[in-house]
Parts: sequence; structure tokens; C-alpha cells
Amino acid sequence: MTAPLIEFRNVSKRFGSLTVLDRITLQIYEAEATTIIGLSGSGKSVLLKHIIGLLKPDEGEILYKGKALSELDKSEMSNYYAQISYMFQGNALFDSMTVYDNIALPLVEKTRLKKKEINRRVMARIEQSELIDAAEKYPSELSGGMQKRVALARALVTDPKIVLFDEPTTGQDPVRKNIILSMIAEYQRKFGFTAIMVSHAIPDVYFISNRILALYDHKIVFQGTPEELEDFEHPFKEEVIHSLEGLKEELTGLYSRRQFKIRYYNELKRKPFQEPYVIAVFSILDLELLSEHFGHETVQVMIRCMGRYIDDHFGSAGGFSNRYGTNEFVTMLPYSDLAEAEEILNNFVEDIQNRGVRDICEMTQEQPSFEDGFTLIVMAGLEQGQQDTTIDAVVNSARNNIREIARLRFGKSEAGNEKISS
Amino acid sequence: MEIVMTSVTEKKERTGKAQTTLLLKLANPFAAFGRGVINIINDLGAAAVFLLLAFIKIFHPKQLPKIIQQVYFIGARSVTIVILVGLFTGMVLGLQSYYALVKFGAEGALGTLVALSLIRELGPVLTALMITARAGSAITAEIGILRISEQIDALYTMQIDPVRFLVSPRIMASLISFPLLTAIFDLIGILGGYLSGVVLLGVNAGTYYYRVQSSVEMKDITDGFIKAIVFAVIVSMISCFQGYFAHMRKESHGAKAVGYATTSAVVLSSVLVLVSDYIVTSLLL
Repeated sequence: MTAPLIEFRNVSKRFGSLTVLDRITLQIYEAEATTIIGLSGSGKSVLLKHIIGLLKPDEGEILYKGKALSELDKSEMSNYYAQISYMFQGNALFDSMTVYDNIALPLVEKTRLKKKEINRRVMARIEQSELIDAAEKYPSELSGGMQKRVALARALVTDPKIVLFDEPTTGQDPVRKNIILSMIAEYQRKFGFTAIMVSHAIPDVYFISNRILALYDHKIVFQGTPEELEDFEHPFKEEVIHSLEGLKEELTGLYSRRQFKIRYYNELKRKPFQEPYVIAVFSILDLELLSEHFGHETVQVMIRCMGRYIDDHFGSAGGFSNRYGTNEFVTMLPYSDLAEAEEILNNFVEDIQNRGVRDICEMTQEQPSFEDGFTLIVMAGLEQGQQDTTIDAVVNSARNNIREIARLRFGKSEAGNEKISS
Repeated sequence: MEIVMTSVTEKKERTGKAQTTLLLKLANPFAAFGRGVINIINDLGAAAVFLLLAFIKIFHPKQLPKIIQQVYFIGARSVTIVILVGLFTGMVLGLQSYYALVKFGAEGALGTLVALSLIRELGPVLTALMITARAGSAITAEIGILRISEQIDALYTMQIDPVRFLVSPRIMASLISFPLLTAIFDLIGILGGYLSGVVLLGVNAGTYYYRVQSSVEMKDITDGFIKAIVFAVIVSMISCFQGYFAHMRKESHGAKAVGYATTSAVVLSSVLVLVSDYIVTSLLL
């Protein structure tokens, strides 16, 4: 097991008579995305502020690479803080400075870089965050979503090793929420920093998190992967996860994972034994490449569109679907066999070829330029399941059967859309 | 220093302590008095440390652009109000002094009276009060809002010293601006005295200027500038201190706390300008 990058050992914090953190013990690992979840007012932001040094614990120790922060000398402490960036819940943008100046501030004040180099780095971040038109505007002139992107760009401009995100998607609509989360995930993968996030955006954060820390009743009650959290039985799940998760996923309108599994097992109970069902797995390739070319909003629109197409086609055959991963959907057809499922799949492919490109272009508000053309590849795999096999096993088998089913061409000519025969 | 590194969330501890303090005041007046004195001394100490740190951090690379910006805000943008107040102060001084002096046949001494009153007293004091009202309140409000909106915390997380970034340039800019504005006030005030005394009331112009020239010594001007510098330190330090710690006020939160901090800054600065005026005058004379 790798040594943790940051570790809390029996950390407690009180404000007067109110205990906010009670003997917290947790580990955060390098180059991973860790999300802290919990009810409002449970102390998530307080926990985060201990890492950045805005708060000091009343009891316990915080360790960095095995060494207690309280034992670090001045230069070690300075080096530690220099590696950390923080994105505030309320953005904390300097409202008397333009977007450009806000993002440039850490480089101007803390480095000896020349003006030209600072300009290059800042403009790179501005372009990545799709803020070119807003560079000379002031924060009060921007929408909430744009302010979030400015705060994110500012947090990343110094190429930090550790980035703390305090509720980065608060107040955002489902599309914007997923855009912000996908940007965080993309940058985390690309630049390899350790991301520590506080969020209520369940289940969206599951798609981008390596580890989940659950804060409940002033204590950490769970540390593990999102998959391990699914099997974790604790009042926390009922009180926090289920209340935040809701019945449907906000972006696509499909079932949440929990609801999908509940319905899956209910359908199995209803079915006579040995009567088959089908699981279909869909995935979209090269989403990262797409977001680099056409922006995160376009990607989120495509995911939403795909979810709706799947639900429309397979829902009419009694099926129900769930967004299983960032670019993956799973559908259960409880009343169909493999042959019938193939037929439904063919109709689905034909429909998405005929209407998909047009619908996606209509839904994308910013009307990205597809002049250079881009091909979106859709994959699908089917697997017939039996009642005595677990859903994960059937899904994995369907993944093994995955093949290309369609190529959607975006560009000057849509005539290049291809249907791949099964 | 801990006091200058406090963040917004530490305020909760102080609120708890304030409630306990009220109960103790009722139970034991002597202890309450003692505690009050200790709190005042504690705050004075914190303010002194704050000022010392801010002053030391003036001498840091990259401060010059910020200092120039603050000189523009505190100094250049106060010129109009200083000219206006200086002109009318000089005019009313000329007017009042004429009618007092003419009783003794000494209206020829008008120039002396106007010049010395302005240069030694009214110039530094009224300039300081005008800048307190215009720039001091704005400084407190601005820094207070930065505090409650977590922008100061954001500076801290970026490893940018908030005191160096926000406070030091304002103190240095005040040290530059106050004497210059005082000089402008004095000159315009003397001109105002000319307008009312010579132009309106018929005092001989030559006599007026001769009296101004012969009675004003270098020491008078230096003393006036010394006062201006003392007032600069007082006003800038109090304005910045009140804004920087607006979140720690016991009686209010958020925007209200910033409002109270601004009011406190203006009142405290004005009172201390007048008190220190007496102290400095008695030391210089």
C-alpha cells in the first residue's frame, strides 16, 4: 500500500462548545482525486481548511509525507503551502481586478517570471477554460458558471501539486455541473495533481473520484472507492447518499445507479426462473479529444443527448438505463432475448444516425465550429443474463462483447455518417 | 503573528467569549472593568504589531506599482476636496480675523494670522480630517469587504501576504500624500484669505503678502509636515486595521460589521487626529 500524501490522525476542532471535527483519521493519496461527502454543516469545509492552513487543529496531527505539519520548519512549511491551491466555494475572486489579472495574480506576486511568460501561461489557462471573451471583464460582469471557471483557472495557473476544491459545482445547473467536474477530472489526469474535493454532487462525483471520504456525525465513517461505497451499509447512506442522489441522474434523466440496481433486482424477482434478460453497454469514444477541440459544454450535451436516445429506444421496449461511467451507459431489457435486443439496437443506430447529429448541434448553445470535422464513435455490447449471475458480471461480459456500432460525422458534410453492420 | 493570520471561521470563538463576558460584567464589576482595560491594551498591542509588520513590509520588491496606485487613490483623488475645503477655510479665516483685528487697528497683520494658523494647525488637521472622510472610510470598507468575502483568505492560500499586499501600500501612500495635500491646503488657504481679506475687505495686497512672507519660518512648515506624517500613520493604520479585522467584531456580522468598522475607523481616526494634534503641538512648541 502506498504511503499517504496527507494524513489526519485523531484531529479534532471545536468552535466554542461546538465540536465540528471529532478525532478524524483519514488518508489522502498522491495523484488521486478524493472527494469528501457529507451533510451541509458537517464540517467538510472546515476539514479542507485544515489542509491549507487556514485553521489549526485543537487536537491531533496533520501529516504531510509522514511528517507532522507542526514539526516542519519555516522553509519546509513554505514549500508545503506553495504546492497547494484552493478553490473557494464562493470563488473569492478579486472583484476590482479583471479576469486576466485575477488569474495572473499568483504568478505576478509569487514568481520572478517575465511578463511575457506570465502572459503565455495565463492565456493558456484562459483558452483552456473558454474565457477568451471574458478576459478583460470584471467578476461582477460574469455569470456564476464563468466565475467558477475563472476561480478554477486561477487555482491551476501555478501548476500546484495539491488542489482543494470547496463545493466547485454549487448553484450550477446539471450541464454546467458536469462541465466543471469533467474539467477538474481532465486537468487532474493531465497534470497529475492530487485533487481533494468537497461536494454534494452525488452521483456525478463518483465518475471522477478515485476515493470517497464520508463525513458523518463529526467523524469519518467511510474511506474507499466509489464501488466500495455501494456495498457499505451505514445510516450515513440512508441519510446522506440517498437523499442527495435522488431517483434520477440530473444530466441525462436516467436512473441513478442505486435506483437502477433496485429496479434490476425487482425485475429479476418478478421474472420466472431461467427466463433470460439482456444487458446492453454503450460507450462513447474519445470524449477527451472532443472536449479539447470543442469544449466541455459540447461533450456534456452529447452525453445528455445519448442518454435520451437510449432511454427513448430501449424504454419503449420495457428497458431502463443508467449512466454507469463518465462515457458509459448500461441498459437492462428485462423482457427481451438477445435477438430482440439486436433488433432494437439496429433501430437505435438508424435513428441516431439520422437525427443524432442534428439534435446535438441544436442543443449545443455555443454552436461549436465543426468545420474541420469530427467523428464520434459509438460502441455497444450486448449480453444475455440469467437470474443466478450478478449484474456486475453481466455488465463485464457485455463490455467484452463491445463493438463499434456507429460513427457520427460532425462537419461540413454529414453524408459521412456510417452505420456499422453488426 | 497569530492576530494577523486569523481567518473568517475563527470569529465563532470570539462570539462565544462575548456572551460569557456579559454575564461576568454583571456578576463582578471590578473584574469586568479590569477585563475591559486588558482588552483595550490587547487591542492596542495588536494594532501596534499590525502597524509594525505593515511598515516593515513596505520595503519589499513589487510594492512600487501598488504604492503608486494608492497615491493616486488617496492623494490625487483627494486634491479637489482639499482645494475646496482649503479655499473656504482660508476665506472664512480671513473674514473672521479681519473683523477681530480691525478693532485693534491691526488688520495689516491679517496675512500673518491666516498663514500661521493654516500652516501650523488648520492645514494638517483639516487635511487629515478630509482624507479620513474620503479615503479612510473607503479603505476600511474595501478591506472589510475583502475580508468577509474571503478574498483575504484567498490571498493567504496563494501564499501572498495580505498585510504586505493590502496594508503596506496604503500606509506608504498616506505618508507620501498627507504632507503634499497639506501643502496644497496651506497654499490655497492663504489664497482664500487673500480673496476675503484683500479683494473683499480692502486689506492692502502688498501688506498681506509681506506679512505672510516675513512671519512664516521654515520651522512652521516643518512642524506642519511632521503633524501631517503623524496623522498619516494614525489614519491609515486605523482604517486598515478596522477593515482587516471587521469579521471579528463582537456585535455584528457580514456587511453590517463592515459598516460598523467604517464608522469606527472614521470616528476613531478623527478623534485621534485631534488628540495627537495637541500632543505633537505641545512637543514641538
